[in-house]
Amino acid sequence: MTETLQNLYVGFSVALTPNVLIYAFVGCVIGTLVGVLPGVGPLAGISLLLPVSFGLNATSAIVLLAGIYYGAMYGGSTTSILMRIPGEAASVMTCIDGYAMTRNGRAGPALAIAAVGSYVAGTISVIALMFLAPPLASFALRFGPPEYFALLLLGLLALAYMSGGSMLKALAMAVLGLLFGMVGIDPMTGFSRFSFGLVELGDGLGVVPVAVGLFGLSEILLTAGQATAPEVTKPRLRELLPSRQEWRASLWPIGRGTALGFVIGIIPGSAHIISSFVSYALERRLSRQPHRFGQGAIEGVAGPESANNSATSGAFVPMLALGVPSGPIPAVMMAAMMVHGISPGPLLISQQPELFWGFIASMYVGNVVLLILNLPLVGIFVNLLRIPYPLLYPGILMFCVLGVYAVNGSVVDVGIMTLMGGLGYLLRKFDFETAPVVLGLVLAPMIEMSFRQSLSMSSGNYSIFMTRPIALVLLMVGIALLLSSILAFVMRKADWRQRLGFAGAKQ
Amino acid sequence: MTTDRISGGVLVILSLLVVWQSSALPLGTFRQPGPAYIPILLALLLLIFGAFLAGTGGRAPKLSSIRWTELRHAVAILAACVFAVFGMERLGYRLTLMLVLSFLLRTVERRGWLLTSSLAFFLAFGSFYLFYTLLRVPLPQGPLGF
Repeated sequence: MTETLQNLYVGFSVALTPNVLIYAFVGCVIGTLVGVLPGVGPLAGISLLLPVSFGLNATSAIVLLAGIYYGAMYGGSTTSILMRIPGEAASVMTCIDGYAMTRNGRAGPALAIAAVGSYVAGTISVIALMFLAPPLASFALRFGPPEYFALLLLGLLALAYMSGGSMLKALAMAVLGLLFGMVGIDPMTGFSRFSFGLVELGDGLGVVPVAVGLFGLSEILLTAGQATAPEVTKPRLRELLPSRQEWRASLWPIGRGTALGFVIGIIPGSAHIISSFVSYALERRLSRQPHRFGQGAIEGVAGPESANNSATSGAFVPMLALGVPSGPIPAVMMAAMMVHGISPGPLLISQQPELFWGFIASMYVGNVVLLILNLPLVGIFVNLLRIPYPLLYPGILMFCVLGVYAVNGSVVDVGIMTLMGGLGYLLRKFDFETAPVVLGLVLAPMIEMSFRQSLSMSSGNYSIFMTRPIALVLLMVGIALLLSSILAFVMRKADWRQRLGFAGAKQ
Repeated sequence: MTTDRISGGVLVILSLLVVWQSSALPLGTFRQPGPAYIPILLALLLLIFGAFLAGTGGRAPKLSSIRWTELRHAVAILAACVFAVFGMERLGYRLTLMLVLSFLLRTVERRGWLLTSSLAFFLAFGSFYLFYTLLRVPLPQGPLGF
């Protein structure tokens, strides 16, 4: 404990130097902007600014990039709440109740709770990162391919089980997303699948064009031509503060989201995305009035927003302690560190204590900077609602095109976004949820790889999933979720969603 | 015809297309799956879900109950996106986006010329300056330098 505090003191002496402080501030501002702009997610933002960081020293570079990462987590909620357009994929779940709150005239409190929840989760998760990193990382080390396969499968089944509409439709959409994830070169054999001769599809369908198309563009398509403009209660600036009841309702979701996000963040995968999905599902499951979800429940904003910020810190645990990136964003950050001659891993803390603890301390500073930046700016973002939609949506569409193009510099991605926009429009017209498609796409390569690696490990023996305790438990939970829904259907009994008046709670 | 019956049928057709496309790839074996194994497995799952949806969707809303009031706008916006796909690298970012924005504001939304041209110019050139010049994001410039 004393040693940790001494190290933290060293860290703050680095983080509070004017040079590093400026880069933390700049990173947070750019990150918030990146998060607010639809389509320009944290991965794109970090990738775009990676070359800029090469001219900096290692500490400043990593502090700048980390600032963009958690700044984007803060900023991503804004467009989700105000326009139902997720600034980045982790804000997908915030769209559901955040936008419903906006339609109910509670945009201000939704934005304020998102900012406060993000701050609390960000700060607590950094403390957890500092104290719990070594034991938690060693637990995650027990996960081999069978455990990952079971965990990822459980994630998909849980999402389908918790979905507001028909589980059959949610499962069909999850499978569709998994099929989208099959596009590209098979990593184990090198065969090209469903690429139709397009070189750009060799790496598969990007998450950004698919998510922006299914969520952003489809929303524009559905809203732009409505005979009557969507009714939006434009909140006044003094209405930004949540009511006492809203504060009380958000308290536990923020706490649970923080804990859940951190734990999920440690496990490799797109943790910040998955954590927000799981947190939303958990809050809906625990709520005494689950029918409110989808209609503007503040818990549906507080939980996922806290979880995705907390997962950001959690994702740094395996990267810093083990040298294992837990997702694409930590992978890009690791690449940036390697450019500066630093190898993240167990020796990083002992060999480069100033960098490690400076980075930790800069995260505390970054969270304070973001809270100071975001709460006053909430009012400015709310003013976006005052722009007539016919003037606003061409601008949003432009940022969608720009953001999607900027990721890979490819017009094929813009084409994919257009196709997905059309698909999302039709799916929503036919009462399908689009969130499972995105999750399926994200998880597909990991599920397939872990499945085939597991079989390689066991020489093709499927009992490997039954003989490993963690995998077995995770699979049993998944199967139990599936069976309970099938049983309800076969017995012609209303399942828990219908019993709780849940059917109307759509995304 | 109900919405669930139609969507279930579409899912079945899609799954059959995936199976057909996958047939060109090695399937592998039960113990050693090849590149077509998982796609076919998923396609079969989709087939089951689609068939089930079509079979049990008798009580879903009728297709005629869906209102398509925004369809004209939706088609126009999708057409603008398709134009952006083909125009970005031929005409350049700024010119393409100016044309897209002008089309949406003037033709689709029937706004005045002054508002249309000034907003289209400001957004296209402003975003280019921010991303290309300040943030150094590579954006395409057409033969006219736009």
